[in-house]
Formats: sequence, structure tokens, C-alpha cells
Amino acid sequence: MTRGIEKKYVQLLRDYLAGQGEDQLYDAQQLGKWLLLQDISPEEMIDLHGRALEYLGDVPEFVRASFSILTEVMIEYGNEHRSVTSMRSKHKQFQSEMAVASAMQKSLVPQELPVYPDVEIGLVSVAAKQISGDYYNIVTHDDGRLCLTISDITGKGISAAMCMSMLKYAMESLGDMLHGPDEMLRHLNRVVERNIDPSMFVTMLFGCYDTQKHRFRYAVAGHEPGFVYRAKEGRFYDMEGKGMALGICSDSHYQEYEVHLDVGDVLILLTDGVTERKIGRYYLHRDELVSYLEAELGTSAQVMADNLYSKLLLLSQFELPDDYTMMILRRT
Amino acid sequence: MAELYPETIKIDSVADIVAARQVGRNMSRQLGFGTIMQSRMATTISELARNIFLYAGEGTITITPIEREGAIGLQITALDAGPGIADIRKVLEDGYSTSGALGAGLPGVRRMMDEFDIQSALGEGTKVIVVKWRS
Ligand SMILES: Nc1ncnc2c1ncn2[C@@H]1O[C@H](COP(=O)(O)OP(=O)(O)OP(=O)(O)O)[C@@H](O)[C@H]1O
Ligand SMILES: [Mg+2]
Repeated sequence: MTRGIEKKYVQLLRDYLAGQGEDQLYDAQQLGKWLLLQDISPEEMIDLHGRALEYLGDVPEFVRASFSILTEVMIEYGNEHRSVTSMRSKHKQFQSEMAVASAMQKSLVPQELPVYPDVEIGLVSVAAKQISGDYYNIVTHDDGRLCLTISDITGKGISAAMCMSMLKYAMESLGDMLHGPDEMLRHLNRVVERNIDPSMFVTMLFGCYDTQKHRFRYAVAGHEPGFVYRAKEGRFYDMEGKGMALGICSDSHYQEYEVHLDVGDVLILLTDGVTERKIGRYYLHRDELVSYLEAELGTSAQVMADNLYSKLLLLSQFELPDDYTMMILRRT
Repeated sequence: MAELYPETIKIDSVADIVAARQVGRNMSRQLGFGTIMQSRMATTISELARNIFLYAGEGTITITPIEREGAIGLQITALDAGPGIADIRKVLEDGYSTSGALGAGLPGVRRMMDEFDIQSALGEGTKVIVVKWRS
């Protein structure tokens, strides 16, 4: 520590002892900030105080000796102070690594939505933390098919991101070779089961929408199927579908389901971050969600998805405890 | 420096930890270390000796005045034939201590000293050597 600080500190003590004013106390607080910036440890500060006392008068021997005890105790505070400093820089590095992972994850999902003359797509996907455990994909095929994936990976953070890239590439490598969604899930299940930690699993709905015949063929693996709105009846129905989540059992089989959309019908796919949310003291009910969906029916698929997200966020007091993904398909 | 010789203290009780601290403090004072450095030296010796006592049961602390290229320093060697440390990288991480304790521990010792070396083999023992130079 420099002699400059010592002189300043002695002066500050002198001024304070002369008048005991709040001014000096304020200066002392500011000095504290400055000393922290200079990386002066607690034990050095104690030592400084001990030395400063010698300038101010005759220091009784017992006071002088007591500083040894204080110094010894403060060394441990000093160690903690130094460890926080080093953890802070590690934390910074960790944060920037997370930012890279997060950016990489964003590159795994489609950057823009396809446009069709008579089918609208709306999408909102928001991660609760930096890395999302929700995965979705929208892939167009030349024959007019539109393949949709919506999926929830147990476990968050890096492990989810890594699992996600595996899912994406496993699905891509299969491409058009497979027959139906049931086959796709059966294959993915084997990949997931072999390659991820036994404590993890993946829920998924995968389906292909025929943009000419307006038929959606899908299969479900442990995923909560969404809703279908029938414009003619003015009613929402739960989509049907059951199946074992991916990664649980090596020989799971899946069933194919089909829904047909008429003009004005809407398909709503989601992850459980949409439904499992607390509003005040109770959980959002599926019927309630339907009534909120109903209120947004007049708008385009994207506006509907955006409004619903805002609405639910407001209801849960801007808390998003889980990753949220909603995909809306509307035949116009 | 001619009058200062290395000293080895056998550690197998709390009283030995205190004795080792005392030797380290005296020697660092004689070498001209400031009061804070004397205390940090004592704390370092405490931590190393306590680890010997807690995890190996017994061992030694050797305190050696050293001179290298005109610089004067103090070297502490902690040696035991205890269980050894499985993952050294891990125990040097902040916030790892098994006792959940805050404060010094091995990461703290490493930061207080100028040089830090640790060798350990499972089932064979642990050797920690640290050096602090007088500035
Ligand atoms: N000499 C040794 N022999 C075997 N294991 C050791 C030895 N020294 C340290 N360890 C292991 O390394 C760990 C970390 O040691 P460190 O001194 O940093 O923290 P701690 O002893 O757990 O807690 P603290 O010292 O803060 O009370 C110990 O918990 C112990 O498992
Ligand atoms: Mg210890």
C-alpha cells in the first residue's frame, strides 16, 4: 500500500476526531469504495488503521496488541474477498461461453417461416433461461409437405442444447427416406435411447401437413398434443395422440393420427411451458387456455401466437418459469 | 540469513499446528516480512498442517528460508503419506472444500503465496510446496 493512502487516511481520522462530522463518515465510505477498486484487502486495511493510530497519539499497548487478533481474523475475510474476485472473472468467462452456446442453439431452429397461399404459420418460442429445452422445426418439402416438430427436452442448459443438435441432425439425415411420422419417432427413439443419459428423455410431436390436401398426419411421443379449432362448429377440440416419450425404452412403437383442416380451422401445437404456469396461487387450466385462444381467433396465426404469449405473460406476472413454445397453423 | 536454518515440525495434533504457525511467524519476522505477510504465512501453515491432521492423520511441515538470485523468501513444505487427493484441479477450485468452509483452504493458500506446487498420488500421500518472496 502506498504512503499516499496512509497520509490521506491519517488526515481523515484527524478531521473526524476533531469534529465527528457526517462529512468525514461520508468520505470514509467513498474511500472504502476506492480501496476496494485498488484491491486493498481487509487485513491490509486493519494494518493501515493500526499504523494510523500511531500518528494520532500514544497508543496503549493493549490496543496495539489487539490488532494482531483482528488481523488474523480478517485474513480469512481477505481470502474470501480474493476468491470472490477470481470467481467473478470466471463467471464472466462462463457467461460468454453460455452466450456462444445460446447463439449456436438459435442457429438450430429455422430463421424464417415459410409462406403459403392458404396456410398461415405463427410461432412464438421463448427460453426461460439462456438455453432453451424446447426444440421446434419447420421443414418444407418440394411435394408441398410441411413437416413440423415440437419437442421438449428434460433437463435444461447445455445438456438440452447438445441433445437438440443430435435430434436435428438425426431427423435431417433421415430426410425423406421414411414413410410416416410414426416411423420417424420410432427411429428417433432409438437414436435418443442409445445416446442420451438414462435420466433424460424427450417428448415430441412430429407431423407433416399436406398443403394441398390440408391433412396433418402426426405421431406423438409423450408430448401433450395441442388443440384443433373447428371453424364450422366454433369449437376447440383436444388433439388425440399417445405414445412413449423418446429415450425411455429401446423398442417403442408409435401410432399415426390424422386431422383434416377446413377453411378457417386452426391447429395449435405447444410445449408444457405454455400450460404449466401459475396464475396467482393456482395453475392455468386447459379450459382457460382455450378461452384465451378463442379470444384471439379473428387474427392471423402470428398475431394470435404473439397475443397469447403476451396475455399469458401478463397473467403470470411476467414470470416465465419454463421454456415456452407455441406453433399455430391456420388454413385461410 | 546465516543464522536461520530449516525447521521440520511433526504434525499429529492441534498443538503441533500451533507450533508450526509459531515457527513460521517467527522465521518470517526474522526474514523481514511485514506484519500482514507474517500473519498470512501463519495462516498458510495452519491450512496445510490442518489438512495433514484432518485427512492424513500425520505428516510434517518443513519451513525453509531460501535465497534465489538475490531474493529472499520462505518455503513451506507439507508432506504426508495419507490417502492422497484424487482430483487436484478440483480441490484448487474456489468453493470446493469438502467441509463447505469459506476462507482460505488450498485455493486461498495458492493466492496468498507466490509459488504453489502440489503432488499427490492416491494411497501414497500428498506433498505441497509453497514459496513467498519478500518484496
Ligand atoms: N493432505 C491431504 N491429504 C488428503 N486429502 C487432502 C489433503 N489436503 C486436502 N485434501 C482434500 O482436498 C480438499 C480441499 O482441501 P481444502 O483445505 O482446500 O478445503 P477443506 O479442508 O475441505 O476445507 P477448509 O480447509 O476450508 O476447512 C479436502 O476436503 C480434502 O478432501
Ligand atoms: Mg483444509
